[in-house]
Amino acid sequence: MMIPLSYYLTLSAVLFTVGVIGVLVRRNAIVIFMSIELMLNAVNLSFVAISRHLDSLDGQIFVFFVMTVAAAEVAVGLAIIINLFRNKETVNVDEINIMKW
Amino acid sequence: MTVTGFFFFSIAAVVLISAILVIVLRNPVHSALSLVLTFFSLAGLYILLNAQFIAAIQVIVYAGAIMVLFLFVIMLLNLDKEKRVGEKHPLQKAFGIAIAVFLLVALGSIVAAGVLYGNKGIHTEAKVSAIGNTKAIANLLFTDWVLPFEITSILLLAAIVGAIVLSKKEL
Repeated sequence: MMIPLSYYLTLSAVLFTVGVIGVLVRRNAIVIFMSIELMLNAVNLSFVAISRHLDSLDGQIFVFFVMTVAAAEVAVGLAIIINLFRNKETVNVDEINIMKW
Repeated sequence: MTVTGFFFFSIAAVVLISAILVIVLRNPVHSALSLVLTFFSLAGLYILLNAQFIAAIQVIVYAGAIMVLFLFVIMLLNLDKEKRVGEKHPLQKAFGIAIAVFLLVALGSIVAAGVLYGNKGIHTEAKVSAIGNTKAIANLLFTDWVLPFEITSILLLAAIVGAIVLSKKEL
């Protein structure tokens, strides 16, 4: 049995929504960052699913690039979070509301 | 239910439960560990989708490299459980969930309408499995996509330099 494309897309949509809820509701900067990773993975899942559905490999190559961008983003983002923590002793985004101090 | 269906639904359940745990748990280390579980089970879904190469780099890059970086930073910062301080913005949760539900309805209606279509490519399952998934991807990556692939290396170099510059105490 082939799993229908719509099942994968529904799972991907729900996963993306979980990520959006995480970004909007949580206030710990690191958890917000993890939620962004969840959203990236949801998009990756639909890329791969549609890529198989259309008998094409371009979606999988795009996932490869998304992963590279995610790795770069995590390296820089976590460095920023470490810097914030050094200066403010907190990673709560409610307390980080100025760009310069 | 066939074997494929059984695997799809059980892996999908693990993906969703661990993804929800990521945003529900109060301790960031627990969140990170359930995110690792999410990445591993997504790799299982990629195997089901016949994308073995993507499944492998999902485990190596995401579950391996990226999550180690996350855990490393969490332990470096010595974060405790989030304190339940008074909400600065009391409506934030309600608004956030309302927006997310709206988004889910929008995405769901696109999937339900079934308006997604496209031209079929040439990489059918039989063709790809004859030479192997990784080789098929490599053939594309080093011909049609070679410029983006090379630009990726510049992106990674910029990320390395950026991370070092940002985390240095004094420039």
